[in-house]
Amino acid sequence: MAVRAKHQRLVLLGIALVALIGAGLLATWALRSQASYFYVPADMAANPPESDRAVRLGGMVERGSMKNAADGVTVNFIVSDGKARIPVRFAGIRPALFVEGSGVVAEGKLGRDGTFVADNLLAKHDEKYVPREMKDMQQARKAIENTK
Amino acid sequence: MLPEIGLGLLWLAAALAGLQLLAGGLSLSANGGGMAGIVRPVAIVQGVLAAAAMGILIWLFVQTDLSVKLVAENSHSAKPLMYKIAGTWGNHEGSMLLWVTVMGLGGAFVAAVERRLPEPTMMATLAGQAFVSLGFYAFLLFASNPFARLYPVPEDGNGLNPLLQDPGLAFHPPTLYLGYVGLSIAFSFAIGALITRQVGPDFARAMRPWVLGAWIFLTVGITAGSYWAYYVLGWGGWWFWDPVENASLMPWLAATALLHSCSVLAARNALRAWTVMLGVVAFSMSMVGTFLVRSGILTSVHAFAVDPRRGGFILALLAIYIGGALLLFALRAATVTEGERFAITSREGALVFNNVMLSSILGITLIGTLYPLFTEAMGTKVSVGPPYFTPVSAMFAVPMFVVLLFGPMLRWRRDKFSRVSGVLALPLVVALIAGGWAFAVGVRHVLPLLGLALGPALVVASVLPLRGRSVLRAPLSLWGMVIAHAGIGVALFGMASDSAFTVEKLVAAKVGEVQQVGPWSIKLAEVAPIAGQNWTAMEGVLKARYDGGAEVTLRPQSRTFWAPLQTNAVSALKGRWNGQLYTVLGDETVSDKGESRWQLRLWWKPYVPLIWIGGLLVALGGGLALLSRVAQDLKRRLARAKGGHRRDEVAALAKGDAA
Repeated sequence: MAVRAKHQRLVLLGIALVALIGAGLLATWALRSQASYFYVPADMAANPPESDRAVRLGGMVERGSMKNAADGVTVNFIVSDGKARIPVRFAGIRPALFVEGSGVVAEGKLGRDGTFVADNLLAKHDEKYVPREMKDMQQARKAIENTK
Repeated sequence: MLPEIGLGLLWLAAALAGLQLLAGGLSLSANGGGMAGIVRPVAIVQGVLAAAAMGILIWLFVQTDLSVKLVAENSHSAKPLMYKIAGTWGNHEGSMLLWVTVMGLGGAFVAAVERRLPEPTMMATLAGQAFVSLGFYAFLLFASNPFARLYPVPEDGNGLNPLLQDPGLAFHPPTLYLGYVGLSIAFSFAIGALITRQVGPDFARAMRPWVLGAWIFLTVGITAGSYWAYYVLGWGGWWFWDPVENASLMPWLAATALLHSCSVLAARNALRAWTVMLGVVAFSMSMVGTFLVRSGILTSVHAFAVDPRRGGFILALLAIYIGGALLLFALRAATVTEGERFAITSREGALVFNNVMLSSILGITLIGTLYPLFTEAMGTKVSVGPPYFTPVSAMFAVPMFVVLLFGPMLRWRRDKFSRVSGVLALPLVVALIAGGWAFAVGVRHVLPLLGLALGPALVVASVLPLRGRSVLRAPLSLWGMVIAHAGIGVALFGMASDSAFTVEKLVAAKVGEVQQVGPWSIKLAEVAPIAGQNWTAMEGVLKARYDGGAEVTLRPQSRTFWAPLQTNAVSALKGRWNGQLYTVLGDETVSDKGESRWQLRLWWKPYVPLIWIGGLLVALGGGLALLSRVAQDLKRRLARAKGGHRRDEVAALAKGDAA
């Protein structure tokens, strides 16, 4: 290639810029379709996400709603924010502090039957290590307690 | 008394950093030459003082001195000694002190041994290092004092997060920090070279060992961190694209690019401005990572303390250093003269491709990691995970791996593709066989197929640069490259195997029942209580047979710590040459009829350990390359020391170094 020195620098700069801008555009496009949105039950009831879309649902595990299925590994429960209630199904080993009346963030998809199928549950580890979304749920807890 | 001494040492070290900046800066001016003599000694003493402060903090943790707030909040007298020591950096303040210590020692090391650069560039470099250190000293002293006292003194400490009570933790953060902060040296070199306009092969040769060293630590740290996440979190995954993982991946990507552009600059005097730019970017990514992790702005086990003031402080440091360095770059880049030319089909061309792809992966990782922050500012909460990162990064990684098949065989400056295309047949055949085999055993997804085909091809292709050479006489640095590139292929094969072949089973098992997972039959023999130094546990005893072979025992536990109170699953693993069995014990469930069953999560993960073996090979390759550079440098120094009558030899060595 008989590119003169000065031009070669520009060509290299051009290639780098095109690749980086391409990467940026690709990233923005992919993020729009792949980012997982955070829902509270009221949002999910009002605006249900598409059934193949991975989202997260956060709220309180309603007291008395937790039921173990016969297979011994699946659990059904209801996540509530005081305004709406979403049934959730989870098969797996539950986090230690996952109990009724406490906060939870479920990662998964909303099934066509209106049950949220979680493939992962985030619960509080302990008093110090609280998932970020869960702090916002202190308000939800208050809302629920006020309705009682 | 001891904590006050530690704090005093820190203030002294900070003052010395100020002096180092001042003297280094003055020595650059026309009439300040007299200051140059003190810069190196000051840098060394500063590093030693910071290390002494770190030593005192470790001692306070070992003694469990509860009058120190940090110890009381993060340690406990009943903790095993190793975790008392590791607990020193298992918290915000301690980890920042470790950061400053590593930075100080790094600067001291450079000041003590680096003699290749022109003295003014060296002074500018050490002043730059001091400038960066000063910001972090200020952060430590004003916003995160590790030696603050607590009154009244509590009866015992809060303990350390059990997830962090693991042998891996003892070494993982210091290793990563050596990498992160080691890049600060590349950053300072870049600043020094920009200030004195001395960007050339000598600069690249002086900087390369430091970048290599930092990069090796990063590679080991990331590999160890990935393995830690794999077996401690009990989710069976090895990479989650968690912000903290990304925070370590981004500097690694930049450092990898820097390493390769450095060799272009050292060998061919090309890519001058680009290399300096990468030097700035690599450490900037370390700081961005620290900001993301330490500010608590993103959720993570690593987010120790959520304190907006600290986040603001680190953000200000980021703005000053990254903004300042980029501004300096913008002002000086035009005066960095154009390097040598090269054709597109050449070693340089392939390395430019490698650099552009690595930078693109870095870009998409950065965007994906920061995206939740942007949307949250707009009022929408999102999280970004593997569905985004994996395919998008693969779009750049796969072309890069394809070029890696032949790039190292190309000649510098100008080459013909037809010269290497014949040799390339071998890796291509391997790729076809491996891909065909994967397809035949039922792998249908595109990315795993590509990984399974490219991995073995890369291993074969990486050895090809050795062809036609005597294996024993090939230079060590060539061996380093061969092993590191082969490691990439090995790791890629492991990663692809994980998504292609992993078999998972989740059951509630009665004691005595046998489960089938892939080729394994696993019997839950019993579940019994067991106690450790600061925990109690239920331990499952699993008797497993591979394909009817000999029986092996695995003991997964569900462990409950009491300081702080927390339950964790402790997985049990059994490796074979062709994979790993991974078992987790969950809760007991009692059915309506009163039957007791235990939840078990079982995985058979064929070839998955290759991920970490590959990572270690990459680090080993880096180690060999570093060894060869250091050996060359020592030889040259020795030759120089032997004086003038052997000048011929020196010239010969210098020639060998340039080749």
